[in-house]
Amino acid sequence: MTPVIEAKALKKYFPTPRGMLHAVDDVSLTIQKGETLGVVGESGCGKSTLGRTIIHLLDKTDGQIFLHGEDISDVKGRALRQVRERMQIIFQDPYSSIDPRKTVEFTIREPLKVSKKYTREQINELTENLMELVGIDMRLRGAYPHELDGGLRQRVGIARALALNPDFIVCDEPVSALDVSVQAQVLNLLKKLQQSRGLAYMFVTHDLSVVRHISDHICVMYLGQVVEQCPSKELFRSPLHPYTRALLSAIPSVDIHRTGEPEILEGEITSPINPKPGCRFAARCKYATEACHAPQVQEEVSPGHFVRCCRVNEI
Amino acid sequence: MAEKKSRGKGSGNSEFKTILKQLSYNKLAMLGAIIFVLELLLVLLAPVISPYNYEEMDTTAIRQTSSAEHLFGTDDLGRDILSRVLYAGRYSITMGIFSTLLAAALGMVIGSIAGYFGGWVDNVIMRFLDIIQSLPGLLLSIVLSAVLGPGYINTILALSVNGIPGQARLLRAEMLKVRGNEYIEASQSINCTKLRVIASHMIPNSISPMIVQATMGVANMIIMASSLSFIGLGVQPPAPEWGAMLSYSREFIRSSPHMAIFPGLAIALTVLSLNLMGDGLRDALDPKLRR
Repeated sequence: MTPVIEAKALKKYFPTPRGMLHAVDDVSLTIQKGETLGVVGESGCGKSTLGRTIIHLLDKTDGQIFLHGEDISDVKGRALRQVRERMQIIFQDPYSSIDPRKTVEFTIREPLKVSKKYTREQINELTENLMELVGIDMRLRGAYPHELDGGLRQRVGIARALALNPDFIVCDEPVSALDVSVQAQVLNLLKKLQQSRGLAYMFVTHDLSVVRHISDHICVMYLGQVVEQCPSKELFRSPLHPYTRALLSAIPSVDIHRTGEPEILEGEITSPINPKPGCRFAARCKYATEACHAPQVQEEVSPGHFVRCCRVNEI
Repeated sequence: MAEKKSRGKGSGNSEFKTILKQLSYNKLAMLGAIIFVLELLLVLLAPVISPYNYEEMDTTAIRQTSSAEHLFGTDDLGRDILSRVLYAGRYSITMGIFSTLLAAALGMVIGSIAGYFGGWVDNVIMRFLDIIQSLPGLLLSIVLSAVLGPGYINTILALSVNGIPGQARLLRAEMLKVRGNEYIEASQSINCTKLRVIASHMIPNSISPMIVQATMGVANMIIMASSLSFIGLGVQPPAPEWGAMLSYSREFIRSSPHMAIFPGLAIALTVLSLNLMGDGLRDALDPKLRR
């Protein structure tokens, strides 16, 4: 089946005074209809940049992006506008992702209005449907964002992203700014919408318990590169890359019988500005050898399980 | 049907209504607004209210203080000061308002271009504004009105050039701040055009300091216009203007202080009412401070 989204060797570099910052470096991924790809990694590893580059909010440096098998890497003008309607984003901070001067209703109907595809009656109807779908009471239609709590605001953001009926949504840490009780509500809403509309999600987060709950596949990023990519269950059962292992061992647990100490990483994080070829994790990896300083390739260790580590079979 | 219609186009109109409602909660701002509206009425109705023609000289009543006949007294040519203050307001207030509006409109265009695009566009525009601002404001207006010639319209033009850099800078700074917000990115992802992003999302979120500045700027422009009249470049005599009246009465300040007091009071009252309104507007424009 043709994946909804496919990225091949995607690169995004930012020029800085000290050189090129490799925010996303050689990332390839595919997401199928109705599936969720979780993207995890520490702050600043390029997760959000990856999402924004795929939906064309940022211009890529190199690589290719496919939407339903169609190459959309270099679309511009009208074509870009059409492509954007099929790919939307839900932002991390519901306090800055909604215009504070616009009412809830205005924010939700704006994408419909801008697309110029609908009559006013249709827009009114669609707006009402959207509000019902995401669970915002109609009496709140004239409310301003500051009158709503974080969960409701995030629902407004979700309704706005859904308005144009996209196939693919980048969820950029959509719950990390919310209370735990509200997190669950929003996550369930996202899941429900995925089932009813067959949406493909790219779920960016640093919260491993959230990603476990929602993802079908997971890719682990470290300094702009995907170090490991595999089905969700397999990742938690048998992590292969040393970084993934360290990451998973750091999940807090309430189990007092848990064996083994969390693995504490030592050493400096490599600078993402003009990084040397070779494994970027090598400086902090206890298994690092000479071979790790040569460029690493992504290998398929078992079907659907990709790892970027030359010593994966030895350790 | 009726309900749908009102909902369809409501947002701009109701925003304005909310602001007015918010403003009405602020007693001081309302006081300012009432004073200003009263003044406008008096000035508009000057031909009806004023007891004498503002040019009419009465040689039997020279430099008289307040009396029943001449409420504000008379000047050295025997002209009725009340009538002159009323007519002068027509020039002073409208010059202040129009030059500020012109400056704000041009400043908005320049500031939003600089603030939205940033980078080298911003740099070029800002250096250009630096050049204008490096000249003392009043001097610039004097040069401009000397080049354009005296008169009502030319004075407005000369004054407004002065106000542009300040307004543009204010808007630009706010827009740079607003540009980093995720809702700007969101509006791009839903395909808003550049113009829509600027006009519908960035300007409404960054304009309030500019409105406050403009309200108080009117007061400043009135004083500047007076300064121009003082050196003979603004409105030409015998047409009255508050600043001109004030400077003219300078010679008689010891013997007949009432000649300076009344136009001075008129300026002070206008400036005060506009400042009160500006203060109130700042609060009313912030949705977070709404009650």
